Amino acid sequence: MTTPMDFLHGPLVSEAIDLGAVLLLALGLKGLAKVSSARSANALAAAAMLLAVVGLLLQQQPEPAAWAWIAAGTGLGTVAGMVTARRVPMTAMPEVVALFNGCGGMASLLVAMGVALFDADAAGLVDRISIAVSVFVGAITFSGSLVAMAKLQGWLDTPAWTQSQLRHGVNLVLALLCLGGALLLPADPGGLPLWLLGIAATLLGIGVTLPIGGADMPVVISLLNSYSGVAAAAAGFVVGSRLLIVAGAMVGAAGLILTQVMCTAMNRSLVSVLFGGALGAGAHVGGGGDEAGYSRITSCSPEECAMALEQAERVVFVPGYGLAVAQAQHALRELSKLLEAHGVEVSYAIHPVAGRMPGHMNVLLAEADVPYEQLLEMDTINPEFPRTDVVIVLGANDVVNPQAKSDPSSPLFGMPVLEVDQARQVFVVKRSLGAGYAGIANALFELPQTAMVFGDAKAVINGLISELRALGVGRAKMAA
Amino acid sequence: MNSLSSSLWVLLLGSLLGLELIGKVPPTLHTPLMSGANAISGITILASLTLIGRAHGQPALLAVASVSLAFALYNVVGGFVVTDRMLAMFRRRGER
Repeated sequence: MTTPMDFLHGPLVSEAIDLGAVLLLALGLKGLAKVSSARSANALAAAAMLLAVVGLLLQQQPEPAAWAWIAAGTGLGTVAGMVTARRVPMTAMPEVVALFNGCGGMASLLVAMGVALFDADAAGLVDRISIAVSVFVGAITFSGSLVAMAKLQGWLDTPAWTQSQLRHGVNLVLALLCLGGALLLPADPGGLPLWLLGIAATLLGIGVTLPIGGADMPVVISLLNSYSGVAAAAAGFVVGSRLLIVAGAMVGAAGLILTQVMCTAMNRSLVSVLFGGALGAGAHVGGGGDEAGYSRITSCSPEECAMALEQAERVVFVPGYGLAVAQAQHALRELSKLLEAHGVEVSYAIHPVAGRMPGHMNVLLAEADVPYEQLLEMDTINPEFPRTDVVIVLGANDVVNPQAKSDPSSPLFGMPVLEVDQARQVFVVKRSLGAGYAGIANALFELPQTAMVFGDAKAVINGLISELRALGVGRAKMAA
Repeated sequence: MNSLSSSLWVLLLGSLLGLELIGKVPPTLHTPLMSGANAISGITILASLTLIGRAHGQPALLAVASVSLAFALYNVVGGFVVTDRMLAMFRRRGER
């Protein structure tokens, strides 16, 4: 005799809930790729996750003692997650994604370790192979993500020794140790091989990520994001959850696509990112003198720059990482409004990898209420530069380097860049003549139409605003 | 069909689905998409919960599973909230 309660806790309901959750997750992931649906898609994916949890708990009916452990973990994770997500400034977005990602990897690692050490039920060969995969991928995701975060935060440099060829040998040894641990693990799941695998994989994550330069970090985070999907799928094999396998595989595959897209945008191959060391590392490491051989630099004051802006009909801003660091997006929006009120046509040229992650700059400018339609992507804006009067480059460097088109010997050669050298006048706002992320001199700075405005992006923009006001820009129009 | 082969089918089809789902993404959405996908990868919470359910009262296993639940939920909750914060900023002119 089955009661309604039995039915609710039975396999039919839980299967139905799982299928519904997978469907919603897939729709959520798909919707996240379109501007109009992205926000609701994110909520949909969150709802799907909640549904999956409810379904699992219905089926499992944990004992009262287990509920206490569930409550403890849930409370801690939820509160910490909320606090981090609400407090983090938009400029630190890449770091925080890396941090969350590392924690996801840690969770998969812990699940596999817990099963290996304490769970007598998982005795089959498949269980143990799954444990090995989950420990390996989880540990690499964890340590790699934390190193990526530390590098983006500036807590970690790219030490010179990591650029020597020796690192490939060290990583190879670590990889072999992982392989050894993984092969021995099925015979002795709770013993030495497990720890060998876990520790070697953690070190391998560090060893592979540490030599990679800041410019390539977005690609690494994206790849690690893909790994965390794989880690989740492996954890799905460990505990026998199909829903977990589907969701993990989906995220893993989607992450690979995104990684590929980013590599294409930077004209880098995944192999060269992972094994090539820091781009232009020679200039960075132990180079000391950053002002690498510029001879024909013209610099000018904000006042001169403001006069050029006042005369212009069409102005394009090229925001880069320097803008993000200076938190100057709001000041920039202020400046644009002033120019627009003066009848100037203003737009923003967004390189695919502007900021520190693809799309990062769009997020920052959106935060400052810049209308979405004014943000133009590279392919749209490049043909427009020849009819642009003034381009202002704000803390961007490598993405406007004309050598990427003209100089086959440049490490940037072939990377798609914003062709700002086609514009009539270019002002580059920069703190110093220091090299960009890639550590390469920029021929743009020496062109006759280019002038450097030295200073912090925010200070310069505020200077421009007050110079423009002094020229009567805001007032003149209001009187007219 | 035994459970391993059906799990492998699930793995294969899930991967193919993931490859298809996000073929074309405007660069604007790369960061939010990465962040959202990252939140979804925290689905490991299901593994942690399963483990708590089948721990049969072993304190060590319960503790490990509970800590892993906290880590995974940190990823999930933080990931979804931060993605929402980013996407909330994409408004067209005049929307408020």
